[in-house]
Amino acid sequence: MAVNTDFVGRTYPPSGPYAVDAALVASFAAAVGATDPVHTDAEVARAAGYADVIAPPTMAVRFAQMTDRVYVTDPEAGIDYSRVVHGEQRFVHHRPITAGDEVLGSVTVDQARPAGGHAMIITRTELTTTGGEALATCVSTMVVRGGGE
Amino acid sequence: MSVRQLSEVAVGDTIGPVTIPVTRDTLVAYANASGDQNPIHQNEAFARSVGLPDVIAHGMWTMGAAGTVVSDWVGDAGRVVQYGTRFTQPVVVPSSGSEIVVQGVVKSLDAESSLATVELTTTCDGVKVLGRCLAVVRLD
Repeated sequence: MAVNTDFVGRTYPPSGPYAVDAALVASFAAAVGATDPVHTDAEVARAAGYADVIAPPTMAVRFAQMTDRVYVTDPEAGIDYSRVVHGEQRFVHHRPITAGDEVLGSVTVDQARPAGGHAMIITRTELTTTGGEALATCVSTMVVRGGGE
Repeated sequence: MSVRQLSEVAVGDTIGPVTIPVTRDTLVAYANASGDQNPIHQNEAFARSVGLPDVIAHGMWTMGAAGTVVSDWVGDAGRVVQYGTRFTQPVVVPSSGSEIVVQGVVKSLDAESSLATVELTTTCDGVKVLGRCLAVVRLD
């Protein structure tokens, strides 16, 4: 299966909304060993200027990957997901994802090309609230092993 | 926690090293919290069947765990405005568990915006597992 280069530049309609609550934030923080009380104590978070507990910075990936699924599982995209390896990840945070947020994600295919017998895919996923407030820009580079033929 | 002041930071300041343990239970918890249920991160037989030496940690677990070191240094995880890395080597997690070691160094400071760029070096068994791992944080 060869990756479909025609998808470069395509933006999918937003997916979600994905609800963020304090329990989800606490479970993600615990899993990465984040002990900053802004993740678990609403009073501490409010004293720091947030509306409620905030997600650890990399928790944005949960919503980005949910959003990206519409592209990577698109049969026309030519991606064998069982061969995908995560190559690089970057986040730009516009404001912390906060308990109570309803998150929408929109994925754009920045790159999809053969690369030395493999394929390289770069997705850029914009996370916003349902109210249109920017949360994070998530750029993910994936290598599809043996996917460039 | 209080947020670190720009005036207390200089280029070349070091952070850590901090040692962070990782077990199979850690990876199950991360899979549930992140939604990434790929069996290479939980099932030893499956991992070996696809040519891996053993269960490996999610790259995003490693990135997230390393990120706590810079979040704790700045004093508020919400001050991390950019964070990026390459995943260069897997963190192999045998049934007895493993650990990563994270160190940081302040690479640059922008006094006008109060932004500091910190480069993190993360190793497992002495091997660097994250490449070009940079976080930008907003100081007070």
